[in-house]
Amino acid sequence: MAEYQYIGKSIPRTHETDKVTGRAIYIDDLKLPGMLYGKILYSSYAHARIKRIDTTRAKKLPGVRAVLTGFDIPDVRVGFIKDQTVLKRDVVRQFRDEVAAVAATSPEIAREALDLIEVEYEELPGLFDPFEAMQEGAPLVHELDARGRPLRTNILPLPWKFSAGDIEEGRRQSAYTVKDRVATTWVNQCCMGTSGCVADFDANNNLILYNQTNVIFGAKQRITDYFSKIGLKGKKIRVKNVVVGGSFGTKLDTDIYEFICLQLALKTKKPVKILFTREEEFKALPPRQPAIFNIEQGCDKEGRLTFRHAEAVLDNGAYTSWGVTTPSVMMTPMSSLYRVPNVFFKAVCVYTNNIYCQAMRGYGTPQATFAVETSMDRLAEEAGFDPAEFRMINRNKAGDITPMKLKITSCGLQECIEAVKEKLQWDEKKGQQKDRGVGMASLIHVAGGARVYKSDGHGIRIKVDEDGSVDVISGGTDQGQGSFTVLAQIIAESMGFTPDDVSFTIGDTSLGLWDAGTHASRHTFVAGNACILAAEKVRRQILEMSAELMPRIIQFGLKRRSRKDKDFQTPDLDLSLLSDPENLDIKKRMVYLKSDPDNPHYQVDVTQVLRQGLHVGTGESKTVMAEVFYDPPTQMLDREFKGNYSMTYAFGTTGAEVEVDRGTGQVKILKLVAAHDVGQSINPTLIKGQIYGAAYTGVGYALTEEIKVQKGKVMNPNFRDYQILTARDRIPVEAVLVEKGDEDGPYGAKGIGEPGLVPTAPAIANAIYDAIGVRINELPITPERVLDAIKAKEGDEAC
Amino acid sequence: MKKVSISFTLNGDTVSAEVPPTWTLLKTLREAFELTGAKEGCGVGECGACTVIVDGQTVNACIYPVPEIDGRHVTTIEGLADKEGNLDPLQTAFLENNGVQCGFCTSGMIMSARSLLDDNSSPNEDEIRTAISGNICRCTGYVQIVESIDIAAKKA
Repeated sequence: MAEYQYIGKSIPRTHETDKVTGRAIYIDDLKLPGMLYGKILYSSYAHARIKRIDTTRAKKLPGVRAVLTGFDIPDVRVGFIKDQTVLKRDVVRQFRDEVAAVAATSPEIAREALDLIEVEYEELPGLFDPFEAMQEGAPLVHELDARGRPLRTNILPLPWKFSAGDIEEGRRQSAYTVKDRVATTWVNQCCMGTSGCVADFDANNNLILYNQTNVIFGAKQRITDYFSKIGLKGKKIRVKNVVVGGSFGTKLDTDIYEFICLQLALKTKKPVKILFTREEEFKALPPRQPAIFNIEQGCDKEGRLTFRHAEAVLDNGAYTSWGVTTPSVMMTPMSSLYRVPNVFFKAVCVYTNNIYCQAMRGYGTPQATFAVETSMDRLAEEAGFDPAEFRMINRNKAGDITPMKLKITSCGLQECIEAVKEKLQWDEKKGQQKDRGVGMASLIHVAGGARVYKSDGHGIRIKVDEDGSVDVISGGTDQGQGSFTVLAQIIAESMGFTPDDVSFTIGDTSLGLWDAGTHASRHTFVAGNACILAAEKVRRQILEMSAELMPRIIQFGLKRRSRKDKDFQTPDLDLSLLSDPENLDIKKRMVYLKSDPDNPHYQVDVTQVLRQGLHVGTGESKTVMAEVFYDPPTQMLDREFKGNYSMTYAFGTTGAEVEVDRGTGQVKILKLVAAHDVGQSINPTLIKGQIYGAAYTGVGYALTEEIKVQKGKVMNPNFRDYQILTARDRIPVEAVLVEKGDEDGPYGAKGIGEPGLVPTAPAIANAIYDAIGVRINELPITPERVLDAIKAKEGDEAC
Repeated sequence: MKKVSISFTLNGDTVSAEVPPTWTLLKTLREAFELTGAKEGCGVGECGACTVIVDGQTVNACIYPVPEIDGRHVTTIEGLADKEGNLDPLQTAFLENNGVQCGFCTSGMIMSARSLLDDNSSPNEDEIRTAISGNICRCTGYVQIVESIDIAAKKA
């Protein structure tokens, strides 16, 4: 392996010292002169007709500057398939429907004003079960589509259907088959910083929106589209990130509160902030998409998978955000987790009067992987194979092209499975312990960008000033993952500078070049490659400058030294060697001669070169800067959802050892091993942080977390009733980094933001089965479900 | 609304303010003193993002009635580094060991840890976990937070 200065080193996050000193400015902390505070009034019903809205009393409350309803703003449709308006004025279709909004001089006054708005509803029957909603003759959640055409069904017109090979042929080749139904539920992303933004228009109605998006140019484009429909076409829009208190998928779409904030700011001609309470975060922010799968798989006598057939139903809720697109991402594990020649996957998304959904870390893969990996365990048992051995038989390998046409260029799945086996003492423990068990599950995930838009590019600018400071302007964002440190390491390594030299300006559409978004675990890969290319350019410029100046600088230095020190022996140097940039390189800010790297006389501090080389005189002065737009050479998925849409794919295996209390149904995790094929870790400590955090969220997904929705209403909108893990839930988690390098990754790295979460829940479910012999097909695996399953099994056995 | 006068010690300085009696300590710190390190993550004392130290004890500033603060000693995240700006060992350890990711819980988390270390200079893992059990974090899985606190304790 190459000897690196900074790659693979756990460099501290000193770029983010403001976060440990209380100085970092989140949206909560941002205050503009004259700023007002916005609050939103939500529907009181899951489905109702609005008969009357009276805002008279609210408007009279001292301190209130604006009260808006759907009658006060253009009735323009927004959203992924334009199926909702910003403020609803005719029908509400879910409890979180935005009915009115207030801007006032304080959040308290705005809150009080909401209570003074009178809304009269006529309640309509609601649909809360996607299967009921799919039935013929079911009442329609939406009567018209975005173009005003009548709708006949609650099923969304989205073509989520994948087919490769021949399922029937696969069935014929099968010696064993299994068939199951599994269900996953709504979970909240639980960003510690709640959602919010500040909208600020200038006198010409040009906008600066301070927000938390991780797709700044996507947000700009959506607002541009909205502006064109509300009479603000051509107005300038600048989207600017503040420090973001977690994202996990919530900042992918532009949410309704952001459009409301724009409208309040337009109306009042003042900056307006909307900041969600925790209760709103649970009730009015789209959570992870629930999905119910019927999955069938088969294998031959040798244990080779013959086919995988899966159908999913997704409760879309009343409107459509990114949750509806999760099936397109589910296709990756459905088609390509393990070698399976014949695949069919179909998903339908159904309107109901429940809450609607969006992205969450893993974006559909946790749901699909729960289905695939619990089914893999059943099939292994049916066919008489050890689950680990069964996975080894079917593992992906480098060089594979999967049924989805994903090109597997590097694959550490074998090492991940082996690591889990070893760390869990799999062979000794599997099936051997009373009420204790081991289980595993694997994953595949995009790890080299994801061409979900036509451009999957990332633009970056680097400039170097005469003091050797390196300023980087990136179109990306950071939501806590530590990009400043990781990209600084990459740039420092590529330039021969130090990470401390590098400063970042990110998350600003006016400064940054276009970026597809800090999503899909793509940032380290795509931005990292852009950084290498840009750093290479500036390094080259500095070397060319050095080749011109170094002989003179060294000569001058030698002369000065010999003047000062009579005993100084002027070394015998061939300074002509320095005149060719090819002979030079930079390390730790020193330009040196490659053929004699340790000779101090052939070295010059880079700032000496820059000071003399930049500001030369009329017509001769220079600047050191580079601009790179890196768009990986991947493919858009075709109409059949096939194509190599990422440069590389991450693999990993999570193993769990659990203990189940048959009396209480409590599941205790004794050990969790998360082995991940990361290509090459840029910063091992930060990579482990991604894995640990994702694994914990995965444990919550497996065991405790669930938004309880009753007839469309969120019943547990707080941390008392929504059970997120705390530090007391001690889960011994070990991260194993498999580093085989990836030929296309920056220094060999693959993306790792999401993978850690993906296989956690099925690994735990499989371990529970090993412990007590019952399968729980529904998440979360609560003590009640464990007890019910034990009782049901005992009942069966008694019969 | 009639305001109340409060006077207390804030990060070593004697301060006073006139604030509405309904304000919480968190709102007072953020609005009257412009110290925004303590965050409101839930507003009902469940997440710990607002944790500050009052007379040596951690409190959830978001549910602490401000009239009660009169005469007390308050330390916030802004008061941890010394006057020259040298970071508290906990702050350094969080940066070095990835105890911070998005950072939203960090102020409260570090204050809970500070209070622990003030009482117990060599806590074991259980004691660390108990001390921060009222501070919710979504990013880290607590692993590197616990490590950061442990390392800070050992270095001190």
